[in-house]
Amino acid sequence: MSATRRVLVAAPAALKTQGRPPGRGHLRGSDCRWAIAFVAPYVAVFFAFVLYPFGYALWMAREPALYADLIADPLYLRTVVNTVLFVGLGVNLKMFLALLLSGFFLRPRWWIKPLLVVYVLPWLLAAAQTCISFHWMLIDQRGLVDGLLSALFGIDGPLWFNDRWLALGSNIVAYTWKWMPFWTLIFLAGRMMISRDIYDAAAVDGATGVRRFVHITVPLMANLYLICTFLSALWTVGDFTTVYLVSGGAPALSSEVLATLGFHYAFDAAKPALGVAAALSALPVLIPMAIVLMRKLQTSEVQL
Amino acid sequence: MLGIILLIWSLLPVYNMLLIALDPEEGEIEFAGNIWTSEPSLEGFRAVVTQEARYLEHFWHQFANSLLIGLSTMVLTVLIGSLASFAVSRLRLSNGSLLTNAALVTYAIPASFLIAPYYRIMHLYGLSDSLSAVIAAQVTFATPFAVLILQLYANLIPLELDDAARIEGASAVQLYLRIYLPLMTPALAVVASYALLLAWNDYLYQAVLLAVRNMTASVVQGQVFVDADAPWNAMMAAAIIYVLPPIALLLSLRRYIAASLSMSGAKV
Repeated sequence: MSATRRVLVAAPAALKTQGRPPGRGHLRGSDCRWAIAFVAPYVAVFFAFVLYPFGYALWMAREPALYADLIADPLYLRTVVNTVLFVGLGVNLKMFLALLLSGFFLRPRWWIKPLLVVYVLPWLLAAAQTCISFHWMLIDQRGLVDGLLSALFGIDGPLWFNDRWLALGSNIVAYTWKWMPFWTLIFLAGRMMISRDIYDAAAVDGATGVRRFVHITVPLMANLYLICTFLSALWTVGDFTTVYLVSGGAPALSSEVLATLGFHYAFDAAKPALGVAAALSALPVLIPMAIVLMRKLQTSEVQL
Repeated sequence: MLGIILLIWSLLPVYNMLLIALDPEEGEIEFAGNIWTSEPSLEGFRAVVTQEARYLEHFWHQFANSLLIGLSTMVLTVLIGSLASFAVSRLRLSNGSLLTNAALVTYAIPASFLIAPYYRIMHLYGLSDSLSAVIAAQVTFATPFAVLILQLYANLIPLELDDAARIEGASAVQLYLRIYLPLMTPALAVVASYALLLAWNDYLYQAVLLAVRNMTASVVQGQVFVDADAPWNAMMAAAIIYVLPPIALLLSLRRYIAASLSMSGAKV
């Protein structure tokens, strides 16, 4: 066990020292001009299409009365609960299963590679089209899923979009289906970076199976896992397509999330300021998450 | 066992698309609870190709719009991302970490939250109902991830190569073209596929920023989504045609993507 522990302690330190050696002198004049020219397009895009729209959004939603309206609207409060559930359950379920499955796909079997190709397919298929497919699979008690339920088990499926929780669950399942393969690939790449020597040393000390997962894979993957979870949470909060096209907010707007509610306020109810305010009300949570992510990425070298 | 579950899990929605697309009649399968179709027919696909189906009269024009958006996003993201990453990691621009931070600031505000201000701002920029507006939005949201990825891989290329080329008298532009781009090909392939998939997945920005005249293939299906009488066999056939190009691209790039995985593996 002591050998394993030494390797485990050494590994993060070894990862950290692989950074770039400290700067070697200053830029030469012409290099500096080129560097600025090369960065200019990115900076221009950032100012024109990130900072300006963000500032514009803050300006649109500047009236405190808008937020009072939101709080007074039961639809808004229900939507906040839905968003927390959609992101909290969806992201954690997806990331944890992806971590487990990335280990499954490391098995040396002849069929694992073709299976991986099929498994990655959802990630390659366009979101809107597959969400519409999910919608038709669950629609009206007569979709494919209900057809299969009655053919295989002789039971009538529920009316998926007549119940808030079933609709929310359908959205989460569709979301997991679409995005789990991407994160599985990321974790697969991460696991392939863990040196075989560490596992061999652990095997000598008798650590296999679950203990190997808990004592080696988890500590070494923890940083990557955390960073990916934060990034994925930020992306999921903004997910519009899944909710809009799978449940469509049914029944009666009760499975909306903030992204679709903001859209409804802005374009269906013609209250753009209220829509922007609904979206911006998530910032007190999103900005700390982004800051944590920044810190994590700066202090560690992560391979995506 | 787990393998079979994964197979069914991954393919069930795809099977559902095929089932509806191969249905000879309009709107039969999706409301009948059938789990297979007894008389598969390519009628849906034929109606798409000849643009005879309702709602799909301009399918190929819309498909071309989608392709233009996807490819432009891909090229611009690779170009802008690689130039910025080259300047920071190879020319050692001071305050380079500002760039990665700016990238993360972009993700602190989800894209879909900014749709209303974007709609107004594109008017101000004179880009309302223009494909350029959608391209600009997609490039904006693809470049931050591109920069993060490229920064990580650029660290794997030894700086000594640059120093050696400088002794030979290479300029910054030559370093970029002759050393950085060729050695970064695997990472660039990853970034290119990411950007294409982002633009290809987009629904919201294309639906809001483009008017009917300039509609894309992605949006048209969602637009008539509530119409149960729509010719769903043709709509699903169109969906199947729409999902094919990224698969073709990824297959053609898979050599490079596999290389970038093994490259990162070689680091430890």
